[in-house]
Amino acid sequence: MAVSYSSSSSKEMDYGEEPHVLAVDDSLIDRKLIEKLLKNSACKVTTAENGPRALEYLGLGDEQPDNLKSSASKINLIITDYCMPGMTGYELLKKIKESSTMKEIPVVIMSSENIPTRINKCLEEGAQEFMLKPLQQSDVKKLRCHMLKFSKPCNSRLCLGR
Amino acid sequence: MDVGQLQRQLVDYTASLFNEKGFLDDQFTQLQQLQDENNPDFAVEVVSLFFEDSDKLLNDLARVLEQGSVDFRRVDVHVHQLKGSSSSIGAQRVKNVCIAFRNYCEEQNAEECLRCLQQVKHEYTLVKNKLETLFRLEQQILAAGGSIPMME
Repeated sequence: MAVSYSSSSSKEMDYGEEPHVLAVDDSLIDRKLIEKLLKNSACKVTTAENGPRALEYLGLGDEQPDNLKSSASKINLIITDYCMPGMTGYELLKKIKESSTMKEIPVVIMSSENIPTRINKCLEEGAQEFMLKPLQQSDVKKLRCHMLKFSKPCNSRLCLGR
Repeated sequence: MDVGQLQRQLVDYTASLFNEKGFLDDQFTQLQQLQDENNPDFAVEVVSLFFEDSDKLLNDLARVLEQGSVDFRRVDVHVHQLKGSSSSIGAQRVKNVCIAFRNYCEEQNAEECLRCLQQVKHEYTLVKNKLETLFRLEQQILAAGGSIPMME
């Protein structure tokens, strides 16, 4: 019954289908919000409540053999909260960047706190961008340029950032 | 009351929550704007989650602060969560108290923390009442066949 807003106009979208974003946050409220924001931006969304669950989804869980291709299909972007109990967003970022299969996926870190050392640490570890919470629709729109395109080779994107 | 009057009442009421007292900030507007035909109750759902979450957090905070030897790290974790969720839904005054609260946590000042707890409970109760009133007004408008005027 619901009309899919995504499929109609595909001006900028050469993904073939909607980009798939994995959103990680320990707060249920924030997961709901980011999910809606992303869906409003014509993205398919999967949420995870913590780092280990996110890694499992990506096929990088402790129990999973390295060569197991997860059925998670192709994730175009990972957006994660920084402050999470157990594994922080930074630690999650590191694990993703250490993975031969997943390191190409762009990772964006969110945080409610504007701490320059924290921001630099994440950017140095390979985070695409650092965003301050709470996120708004305009922030999410900007994420599009970071998303990994599978149909074309990964050229550097003409993204002017924030 | 006719729909027009109800709508005006809602607009005025909502405006007062923003302007005069600063109970809500722009993030609440963002939240309302996320509502659409597919998710007509989105704002109410998220705010309800906030109420549930906060009720629990405030209870947990009271318990931890009652202990002879206060575990300030635990207090901080709870306050951080409350700060995050209140910020996410636009409950500005609650968020602001949380900021002060966290500072006292860092200083390990139990007395001030207790004071902040009282303050945050107070602000939370206020904003909860306001939001419930707001949503009730919206329901009245919808029941009368009107539509919810969008805030700028």
